[in-house]
Amino acid sequence: MSKFKKKKSGELPAISTASLPDIVFMLLFFFMVATVMRDSTLMVVNVLPAADQTQKLDKKDRVMYIYAGKPSSRYQDKYGSSAKIQLNDKFASVGEVGAFILAERAAKRQELQNVLTTSLKVDGDTKMGLITDIKQELRKVNALKINYTTRVGDYSQNMN
Amino acid sequence: MAKRSAPEVNAGSMADIAFLLLIFFLVTTTIETDSGLNRKLPPMEDQIDPPIIKEKNILTVVVNKNNQLLVEEKLLEVDELRSTAVEFLDNGGGQGEEACNYCRGKKNPSSSDNPDKAIISLKNDRETSYKIYIAVQNELVAAYNELRNREFLRLNPTMGMNFVEANSKYNDPRTSEEVRDELRPKLDEVKKMFPQKLSEAEPSKTS
Repeated sequence: MSKFKKKKSGELPAISTASLPDIVFMLLFFFMVATVMRDSTLMVVNVLPAADQTQKLDKKDRVMYIYAGKPSSRYQDKYGSSAKIQLNDKFASVGEVGAFILAERAAKRQELQNVLTTSLKVDGDTKMGLITDIKQELRKVNALKINYTTRVGDYSQNMN
Repeated sequence: MAKRSAPEVNAGSMADIAFLLLIFFLVTTTIETDSGLNRKLPPMEDQIDPPIIKEKNILTVVVNKNNQLLVEEKLLEVDELRSTAVEFLDNGGGQGEEACNYCRGKKNPSSSDNPDKAIISLKNDRETSYKIYIAVQNELVAAYNELRNREFLRLNPTMGMNFVEANSKYNDPRTSEEVRDELRPKLDEVKKMFPQKLSEAEPSKTS
């Protein structure tokens, strides 16, 4: 009888949280390893169109990025609301694309210089005129491999 | 006795610190790799005399400034584009040397002779929306993939994968060299049967 009572009235042992840091650290290391930092801040609206016949762009060191779209809302009073090209961290005109590609190419290792792909990250609402101008510039500097970077999804999402 | 009551170092805040770091990395993480439609631009050199191509071997696709699709001068919905392109490419209406022995199309003499000759010509306006352009590109690539899948499965029934899967395996940097050497001739064979001949015209100016 007394034994019973002793058990019931005994204080509840606190749940040990000692292993919590271990669990969190495990998660932390996973994300640290899997992280790829965004290398440039987006200054344009960038809602990519959807497509489902896509191929993966592996090996980030072989890719050059060109962004285009309307300037984000906080840049709109300064740069207007017509679609613009963003190279690295600043807005650029069409004429600067060629020089940008050449500079990027020169910065890569020798053996990669011939296998570079240009990834065009263009907002879905952009007009084709701008993209054609970019493509024309790319042809001038012989950067012929391009990738229209898209979201994975059905094409019907592009229709509205 | 005094030793036993020595205060333990409080590790309770360790979790907080780790959480803080964890949240930072969670926010900055972009795990997914980009994907998209690969295209090759034509080189800049101007062609002196363009090759003569029969009208029936060209499928003209025009997207106008109101994002309407015109295929062979007829208004078409994007949903129908894939089947139209497949029908055109797979027609195989050629005779004699130009005959196509693996085509399953209608052999219509007024459509393409051979997938090897068939060209899809895509033309868009400067005012065309990029979304629609991508949707059209996607459907055309899908048409090629559909036919390539069919032939790949017919030629390699034991592989257990279609052309698209085999191609992405080939392009995967983790695939070993031997597997790649094995895949390359098979992929090239199918690519030769249905070469992707997508020509893009300079866009028309809106007046």
